[in-house]
Amino acid sequence: MLTQFSLMSVAISIENVSKAYQLGVFNTGSFSNDISRWWALKRGKEDPFLKIGEENDRTKKGSSNVVWSLRDISAQVEQGDSVGIIGRNGAGKSTLLKILSQVTHPTTGHIKIKGKVASLLEVGTGFHPELTGRENVFLNGAILGMRHQEIKKKFDEIVDFSGVERYIDTPVKRYSSGMFVRLAFAVAAHLESDILIVDEVLAVGDADFQKKCIGKMNQLGHTGGRTIIFVSHHMPTIKALCKKTIFLEKGKVHSFGETGDTISTYLSAYSLAKTGDGYIPKGISLHGSGEVRFTRFLPYKDEQGCEDFFFGEKPTLLIEIEVFTDVSDASIGLHIINVLGDTITMAAPNENYKSISLEKGKYEFEVSLEEVLMPGEYSFNLTISKYNTGSDIDSVESVGTIRILRDSIDHDLDYPWATVHGYFKPRTSWKTKRI
Amino acid sequence: MNEQTWDLVIDADDKRGRASFKKIWQYRDLLKLLVRRDFVAFYKQTILGPIWFFIRPIVATIVYFFIFGKVAGLSTDGVPPVLFYLSGLMIWSYFTETVTKCSGVLLENAAMFGKVYFPRLIMPLSIVFSSMLRLGVQLLLLILIFVYYLFTSDTISLTPAILLVPFLIIIVSFQAVGLGLLVAAIATKYRDFSMLLGYILQLGLFLAPVVFPLSSISGKFKLMVSFNPMTFPIELFRHAFFGTGSFSTMNILYMIIATVIMLFVGVYAFNKYEKTFVDTI
Repeated sequence: MLTQFSLMSVAISIENVSKAYQLGVFNTGSFSNDISRWWALKRGKEDPFLKIGEENDRTKKGSSNVVWSLRDISAQVEQGDSVGIIGRNGAGKSTLLKILSQVTHPTTGHIKIKGKVASLLEVGTGFHPELTGRENVFLNGAILGMRHQEIKKKFDEIVDFSGVERYIDTPVKRYSSGMFVRLAFAVAAHLESDILIVDEVLAVGDADFQKKCIGKMNQLGHTGGRTIIFVSHHMPTIKALCKKTIFLEKGKVHSFGETGDTISTYLSAYSLAKTGDGYIPKGISLHGSGEVRFTRFLPYKDEQGCEDFFFGEKPTLLIEIEVFTDVSDASIGLHIINVLGDTITMAAPNENYKSISLEKGKYEFEVSLEEVLMPGEYSFNLTISKYNTGSDIDSVESVGTIRILRDSIDHDLDYPWATVHGYFKPRTSWKTKRI
Repeated sequence: MNEQTWDLVIDADDKRGRASFKKIWQYRDLLKLLVRRDFVAFYKQTILGPIWFFIRPIVATIVYFFIFGKVAGLSTDGVPPVLFYLSGLMIWSYFTETVTKCSGVLLENAAMFGKVYFPRLIMPLSIVFSSMLRLGVQLLLLILIFVYYLFTSDTISLTPAILLVPFLIIIVSFQAVGLGLLVAAIATKYRDFSMLLGYILQLGLFLAPVVFPLSSISGKFKLMVSFNPMTFPIELFRHAFFGTGSFSTMNILYMIIATVIMLFVGVYAFNKYEKTFVDTI
């Protein structure tokens, strides 16, 4: 049963939580380490292996094999709030969720929780392939902490939501992966709890179903008064679901506040070209086969790198790539990204988004942005992929933030309004006559 | 902020286990479903279905009857060999099966335990109950044969000692869970121990009165066998049915104390390691 709380009461209080992980392989070496650690702790001394920990930076090889995945995290979540958690891979998002879900235990600090917690780190945990959909609904529900009666009461609702009614008495090993996910999410969505913790499980399933899931979560949060903790890389979803957002960086809270503000902070924190001359460091690429690498991205005017442009001014963008192996069908994309992380449009080297052929060597593209961007902040994603197969060659995210100011450079163009209306100034022609 | 009462406090410095009887009781429906799942999944897509539960002890009894009874000519304390071997094997295989399954409970369920929390003890409990269910089926077989001999031979008779059976099953369960959970906890870091367990259990068959009665051995060997905590549960089990077996009050006391220690150590170690084992696995 849901318990009613007075307004503004704290649902989750996280106090100085840290989590250390031991890296590397556990072998004969760790056995003797364990014995010496046990001996140190027995004599009331500090754990000799935690002292030498360092922060979690995956790109560098550390000198110690203890890493702090979370370091002194403190935050308070009020009852009924929906809080998003964002951050790069390895920032500690999943670790924090695991600790909140009691899957693992913190190394230091403590967490106090008011209300019943349901956590959804994965859909379909404990599903047994040999059992039917019906049997699995009961089993999975029980694993998530539901009583038999509770599931029975909600069974029809669950099946209805999942849309797999016809196959409910078929073993789930015969389900398509889509059906599996639908059924699994349906069980989780009907959990009765005060606090719902959700990891990026919505990344699975088709677009329609994702919409349904987000709708359900919104409903739980807004009308159900439930406290929701939600981790995602997808800024629009965070924006849609969460009032407040925590931005984690290297195991620490970088910022915690209104979602809009935190997302802006997050995006600008990772704009690479903001400082210097726009060279893109190696290893920043998210994925790709690597025949071609983006080496530089720089918005500029008057022969030099620039972030701020007046309204109506047309930024020029410099892109440099290095080709290691010939690619005959390269498809390059320049995505313009708004502050929420959505692609608002995409440009390519030729009009019809056709592929180009690249030979070994270095290339430079000078892109002049002919459309007028409305005031606001933008950044760019660069992608290169094979036109025929669609497989990625290289991709970098949120490079080169630019700001379009409200002032225009001359008085022909002006933007007097406080709110921004959209992203592009449309090219229209108006014929005015008095009637 | 006013003083609040919290429903859940996760404290890094809290070294105690977090399982409580109350929590486990809340998850009793899950326990039921897990036992059912084990039982049903065992014979899904088989033709003989639950009959498989009988086939194994019958085949083992026949094999042991020939190897140990006929070829090696070991004594059976005057008990009909079929009953002697079946009763010993039943208890012993219940023990080894439970220990082996419990010892793998953390490693085998790591994927699930890494994603969702419920009192971890639910899992070994479900193992014990489903093993017990299988034991129950075999017990029926034993009783059938027992009744047959009761009417056809005068060496077998029914005595009040039969009431010891439930108590003995509990003793064996506690020992098995204790040992299994201890190994489960250690094996999350050092897999060597689960390998070692296999050998110890194989060896244990010959250090327990399964294929021979305790009365047939003597000297140092008898002393060694008497140290095995499983020896007297087996002897007493045969005593309950057939009135045989050799034991003293000291032996029974030893059995009970050993059981309590095994259970306590196993559950303690398991509770200590289950909190963070997903990090080391």
